[in-house]
Amino acid sequence: MASDMQGAIEVKAPGLATTVQDMGRPGYYHLGIPLSGAMDRLSLVAANLLVGNDAGAAGLEAVFMGPELTFHADTVVAVCGADLPPKVDGAAMPIWESFPVKAGQTLSFDYLRKGARAYIAVAGGIDVPVVLGSRSTYPLGGLGGHEGRVLRGGDRLKLGQGDGKAGRSLPEALRRGPTGDPVELRVLPGLYWHRLTEAAGKRFFADTWKVAPEADRIGYRFRGGQPLEYVPREQPFGAGSDPSNIVDACYPYGSIQVPGGTEPIVLHRDAVSGGGYMMVGTVISADMDLIGQLQPHTPVRFVETDMKGALDARHERASVIEKIRAHLA
Amino acid sequence: MRYSYGGDEHIFVEVDESMSLEAFFKALFITNAVRDKAIDGVTEICPANASFQIKFDPDRIAPEDMLAELKKLEAAAESAPSVIETRIIEMPVYYNDPWTHETLMRFRDRHQDPNATDLEYAARINGKASAQEFIDAHSGAPWFVSMVGFVAGLPFLYQMVDRPRQLEVPKYLRPRTDTPKLTVGYGGCFTAVYSVRGAGGYQMFGITPMPIYDPKSEHDYISDDTMCLFRPGDIVKFRAIDRATYDTTVAEVEAGRFTPKMAPVTFSLDEFNADIDAYNRKLEGVLNGK
Repeated sequence: MASDMQGAIEVKAPGLATTVQDMGRPGYYHLGIPLSGAMDRLSLVAANLLVGNDAGAAGLEAVFMGPELTFHADTVVAVCGADLPPKVDGAAMPIWESFPVKAGQTLSFDYLRKGARAYIAVAGGIDVPVVLGSRSTYPLGGLGGHEGRVLRGGDRLKLGQGDGKAGRSLPEALRRGPTGDPVELRVLPGLYWHRLTEAAGKRFFADTWKVAPEADRIGYRFRGGQPLEYVPREQPFGAGSDPSNIVDACYPYGSIQVPGGTEPIVLHRDAVSGGGYMMVGTVISADMDLIGQLQPHTPVRFVETDMKGALDARHERASVIEKIRAHLA
Repeated sequence: MRYSYGGDEHIFVEVDESMSLEAFFKALFITNAVRDKAIDGVTEICPANASFQIKFDPDRIAPEDMLAELKKLEAAAESAPSVIETRIIEMPVYYNDPWTHETLMRFRDRHQDPNATDLEYAARINGKASAQEFIDAHSGAPWFVSMVGFVAGLPFLYQMVDRPRQLEVPKYLRPRTDTPKLTVGYGGCFTAVYSVRGAGGYQMFGITPMPIYDPKSEHDYISDDTMCLFRPGDIVKFRAIDRATYDTTVAEVEAGRFTPKMAPVTFSLDEFNADIDAYNRKLEGVLNGK
């Protein structure tokens, strides 16, 4: 089916910040190189399985605005995650469903209707070099993906060998994304939680926060809640003078830091690996995908959970992926 | 030690609230032991200054089992000899350089002392008579890489002197939006070398001509396996250089002819504590092949 796999995809317009992503690059966080990979992993898995790829194949992550891509080979594409409606030579295509794209045709996107990030999987996967075990792009470090950066007009992307089928789709029940108003993100309190006063801790969970415009692959910032207060202490040697400072330490993925006590930041897939701000807890692994689909100004509440709640939610998310596999088997 | 879960995939361990070489060594010992034990389900092992963090897959090892493994290693760490096999690396630094100077002048409104440079300010609040005296202290005794991170390959360094001689400087009042690549910065009691250009809040003292992060595999002395020069436990000696040496070194780097001076070394915390200055002289001797 391939006519020109070497430069099968030509980027006509790059979108806002479109990157090549897979399931990430574990094992280098102690050197400050983050995991990276799709922010909403489940949506990339779904898109890959729809076009017959391995679940962890590299696809494109488009945020807020889709790219315009001309194909130079016949292939099959699926778009999952955000409702960013795809079009092939101007004709509307469904999301969460595989569709054919012929050599010479152009894939483009309508305006974003819901969510934040669309995952574009192409049969065979995007074939950029594997760097430190992954094809994911880490733009801050100029590493991986296509030349270590977001896509630009004129870029050409290669494809691997694939044999996807068009017309496969997933039912509504398997299209996982954030729901509710406000959206609820489950948090395991801990890390430096004890540094907050009891009243501040209660307010953190009671207040409604809104996603700030400063929300990207490194972290999501929230504002709108009341400032946090700290239990007074003499600052330890090496920590710095602000009560939100600690001796620089490693940051968990999903950890929530509150510099100066005012605006919580949840670190995401391109996390800075460490620093000197205390953290109040960690968003559970099952809800990390959901953050990747939040637009600025979305109201959010942090909801307290415990380890059992976190593990139950983790299994529930895994069971959705199992159902997607079973549905497409 | 204080243990806390970071969600369902991390255990965060604070060895001590305060920075000290003892706390750092304990974190390094336990993280090395976790690596040696090759515990199934462990995916990231991250030593930090006075703490460490383990990332694990709770589908392969239950959180409480992971916690129990770490607590077993804590007991062993209490009686472990504080000796490591490591390396000492020389880093040339052009202090008071024109590029960080240009940058710091652009962000004077975010600084504690808008009428002085970062170096002059740091010298004053540390009781030094001049910026030169501060530079002499900064480049006089070696440093431990006590953590690598924030961004790719960025080392945090803690100076190997006793507490009264530790230099301490606050971060900028508000972070800058720009820091030149390879800036030698300072915040709290840590030097940091910015591996990439970007935002930053540390005071800026100088710049090194020596790349420390190599995503394009251009430098032979940086391993392609990690693309980062430094790892926790490395010892670094700064050497003050002038503009001419800076320019020559940059040219050597660009021609692919530069290799930093480095040597393997055994470090003993007990011997170090017994006579810090003599031990540091010995380390410098190893670096210089004596």
